Amino acid sequence: MKISKEEVFHVAKLARLKFSDSEAEALSADMESIIGFANKLNELDTEGVVPTAHAIPMSNAFREDVIKPSFDRDAMLQNAPSAEDGGYTVPKVVE
Amino acid sequence: MKYETVIGLEVHAELKTNTKIYCGCKNEFGGEPNTHTCPICSGMPGTLPVLNKRVVDYAIKAGLAMNCSITKYGKQDRKNYFYPDLPKAYQISQFDLPLCQHGYIDILVDGVTRRIGITRIHIEEDAGKLVHDDYGNTSMADYNRCGVPLIEIVTEPDLRSPEEARVFLETLKSILEYTEVSDCKMQEGSLRCDVNLSLRPEGQKEYGTRCEMKNINSFRAAVRSMEYEQKRQAEVLNDGGVIDQETRRWDDVKGISTVMRTKEDAQDYRYFPEPDLLPIIISDEWIEEIRQTIPELPDQRRSRYVDSYGLPEYDAFILTSSKKTADFFDETVNLGAAPKTVSNWLMGDIAKLLNDRELEAGDIPFSPAHLKALIALIEKGAISNSAAKKVLAEMFTKPEEPEKIIERLGLSQVSDEGVILQMIQDVLLQNAQSVADYKAGKDKAMGYLVGQVMRVSRGKANPQIINKLLKEALDKA
Amino acid sequence: MHTLTAHEIRDKIKNKEFSSQEITKAYLDRIDKVESKVESYVTVLPEEAMKSAAIVDHKIAAGEKIGALAGVPMALKDNLCTKDILTTCSSKMLYNFRPPYDSTVAQKLKDADTVLLGKVNMDEFAMGSSTENSYFKKTKNPYDITKVPGGSSGGSAACVSADEAAFTLGSDTGGSIRQPASLCGCVGMKPTYGTVSRFGLVAFASSLDQIGPLAKDVQDCALIFDQIVGYDPMDSTSVNREYPSFEKALTGDVKGLKIGVPAEYMGEGISEPVQKAVMAALSSFHALGADYEEMHLPLNEYALPAYYMISSAEASSNLARFDGVKYGFRAEKFDDLIDLYAQTRSEGFGAEVKRRIMIGTYALSSGYYDAYYKKAQQVRTMIMQDFDKAFSKYDVLVTPTTPTTAFGIGEKTDDPLQMYMADICTVSVNIGGLPAIVIPCGYDANGLPIGLQIIGKPFGEEAILNAAYALEKTISKVKPVL
Repeated sequence: MKISKEEVFHVAKLARLKFSDSEAEALSADMESIIGFANKLNELDTEGVVPTAHAIPMSNAFREDVIKPSFDRDAMLQNAPSAEDGGYTVPKVVE
Repeated sequence: MKYETVIGLEVHAELKTNTKIYCGCKNEFGGEPNTHTCPICSGMPGTLPVLNKRVVDYAIKAGLAMNCSITKYGKQDRKNYFYPDLPKAYQISQFDLPLCQHGYIDILVDGVTRRIGITRIHIEEDAGKLVHDDYGNTSMADYNRCGVPLIEIVTEPDLRSPEEARVFLETLKSILEYTEVSDCKMQEGSLRCDVNLSLRPEGQKEYGTRCEMKNINSFRAAVRSMEYEQKRQAEVLNDGGVIDQETRRWDDVKGISTVMRTKEDAQDYRYFPEPDLLPIIISDEWIEEIRQTIPELPDQRRSRYVDSYGLPEYDAFILTSSKKTADFFDETVNLGAAPKTVSNWLMGDIAKLLNDRELEAGDIPFSPAHLKALIALIEKGAISNSAAKKVLAEMFTKPEEPEKIIERLGLSQVSDEGVILQMIQDVLLQNAQSVADYKAGKDKAMGYLVGQVMRVSRGKANPQIINKLLKEALDKA
Repeated sequence: MHTLTAHEIRDKIKNKEFSSQEITKAYLDRIDKVESKVESYVTVLPEEAMKSAAIVDHKIAAGEKIGALAGVPMALKDNLCTKDILTTCSSKMLYNFRPPYDSTVAQKLKDADTVLLGKVNMDEFAMGSSTENSYFKKTKNPYDITKVPGGSSGGSAACVSADEAAFTLGSDTGGSIRQPASLCGCVGMKPTYGTVSRFGLVAFASSLDQIGPLAKDVQDCALIFDQIVGYDPMDSTSVNREYPSFEKALTGDVKGLKIGVPAEYMGEGISEPVQKAVMAALSSFHALGADYEEMHLPLNEYALPAYYMISSAEASSNLARFDGVKYGFRAEKFDDLIDLYAQTRSEGFGAEVKRRIMIGTYALSSGYYDAYYKKAQQVRTMIMQDFDKAFSKYDVLVTPTTPTTAFGIGEKTDDPLQMYMADICTVSVNIGGLPAIVIPCGYDANGLPIGLQIIGKPFGEEAILNAAYALEKTISKVKPVL
């Protein structure tokens, strides 16, 4: 199992993480060993096996369409690192 | 070379539920920023989603109205991407098991019915809104819209022109209105669409490379963007170029689209089954229960108008394309008005007045009873046609009984034959020359004399009665 | 006083032998005395605790109706949201986060009139097996402060073991309650998936996470479970069913109980003292009238790789919301929005969390989903079938909890895979959504505790609690000396 530094950087970009060159190198070794360990799963023939997303088989958990009071805005914004005019602020989004 | 245009649409419609899809916050347009939010829709740590059952009901309803088969076993998935309007950094959507699949909608284009395939309808949550500060350097995230329930309707690439696409969108909108699952208010963004368009040489089977267009805020913009795109692609192809698969942003002000994302920087959304939510298992009983709630749909109504009322196909199509208009029509007819007369008013003066006031079709500010009363007054001869138009305009500004408006504006018509005859005799006495002209065979004199009677009555005399009595009087003279 | 169990405290407060304020004060004094050695708390709440104790005492004096754990001082793992009280997940990312809401379990314990002493340390975002991944401090094992307490609920286990609270709650994704309970010599239970609401538990891996008690004895464990179990409409994965009183169901009678001992858990890698203690416990069970035999769970070796794929994938998505926009840490310097995200997440998360996010992102990314995530979920199905088969024959399964007793601080931090092996006996239980309890069953030559794991079938808490209750009577417990 080979995971190149470039792959590490690609995955980091998807995950919005930043790594230095040396960190990426160490990470590529770690990921190789862990993903390599996961390749053990290939020893099992899973053809036709239904994947399990929930250990306890359940379905149809619904809520009735009934309004509940919203939260106080100040309570919602109290944890925001940056808030203005009743909203969470971020550097200007350029699309 | 001649090209054939191939269009597929992805339409997002906000559902008209009381609450959001995964929490009890109010589903309401607008409001002060972040006043319709809670820890769940704002993606706070440890919070969990619980699905609003009505969202599933509405998706099934829309699916049935679009002739889809309803999925027996559905699930929800996470679509992962970072953006400040998406507080959890994933959108809960449906990936491989949407609630509805394999449907179709019939549309009427130039008198021909075309069947447009619906690939799928799935449920998902809406994102919030970013407010961009024009002068400063920040954007502000408002999560009021986060978690508003949406259905995404994806069509097959079955549309062949921007005009077809427009008719499809109108028809789709009317179905959503008829089933009452969405408000379809374009200006509030409750109906949005993305367009996929490609060209292929006429006669070729394989599809060409397609481009996706986003940021389309109205049907008009959709049509313009498609016209622009088909022209752009044709030019590229005619110059011997190739179309790059890309996502383009439509700028409705400039009337152009620009590249937003190329295929290379296509996002990797890392879909996987949402572990916080359970599978949705839909029984036949549930489907039947929803089926019972589906009202008469536009095409059924259209046939009824043609078959029972003898309306022309075109009239029936226009009337039924807005549920509110069609409901208004039905109610007025049920009150006893003649269908064709009601149809003429709705498609003529009322449509024009709505348009002038920038109101949506069917947002008529008075009741069917008022229109029926107005029509009855015309038929009785209590007002003239032209006075009726004035009354109608007045009905748009003040919701009053037509009789009261007529009285207030002094528009009532004089139909009393004795009164009119008196006026005619006065006019004849004062216009001996015209009478002589008429006798000498100058028909034009008749018109002049009618005008004189009208002037004396200050426009209120019933023209038909004037005509009749004047002719009798002249013939006698 | 601080050595009393929760049920003893409950009874003595009810009998007015002492007040909630007295016992709360005793615990706060104990914290003052040993916390500098153990470092199990992230946040201690002396004033708030005394205030809620006073309210309970007032209720009792006024003859008002009181909750089932009235006046009992306890602490919560710092990934359980507590309204207006710091909830950090032991991460720099949430160093200042005060949720405007309570987790369902925090609310239920409030309703039971417990006294919250504070929030306890953990591996950052519950990722780890030693509590060395906390951003704030390294919690020590009360039996030997050069050793780790286990993890990720290391603070919860050390806190109970060091008598710094009458009980705590932890969370268990792959062994995070059971492994530290084992290393710190306390009782810990991971209930059946869906029995305890996850609302307000900061998610690590949603399909595996469960909240459970860490306690001084089995009766406490049952009593606490009684308070937190139950359907919650705020958690879609919460099971809507009736539960008995688990405390009342404890009989200590295990005659005829059929115990399976999976050979795969007793093989290579399991240290001799651990094997011996487990065998001794099985003899005790036999003496009490239970039957045991060796059996097989052939797919067990696939549980750990499947677990790491599923848990990391879910974690990569669950932890994406920590981006410096809505709460917690935001990097000071950044160029633009994307850089704000990357900089915040890189500075705010520790190495292990980043490693798991990377693995999970990789496993879900285009081209790898089928090979890793889907494959792991299919293996999950097969492992569950293995368990189903086992439980058609046995009432409970008995295994070691950890391959060894507590290891040294810093001993395994260099090799992540080596650290992951600490979970080898515990992860399959989460894969199967099963309940499992860990109780001390002996000590090694250095006096470090050894925990026995008893695994039940889904919703089989009554059986495992009762088996543990019976065995507990045969074990002589040794308290740590601090």
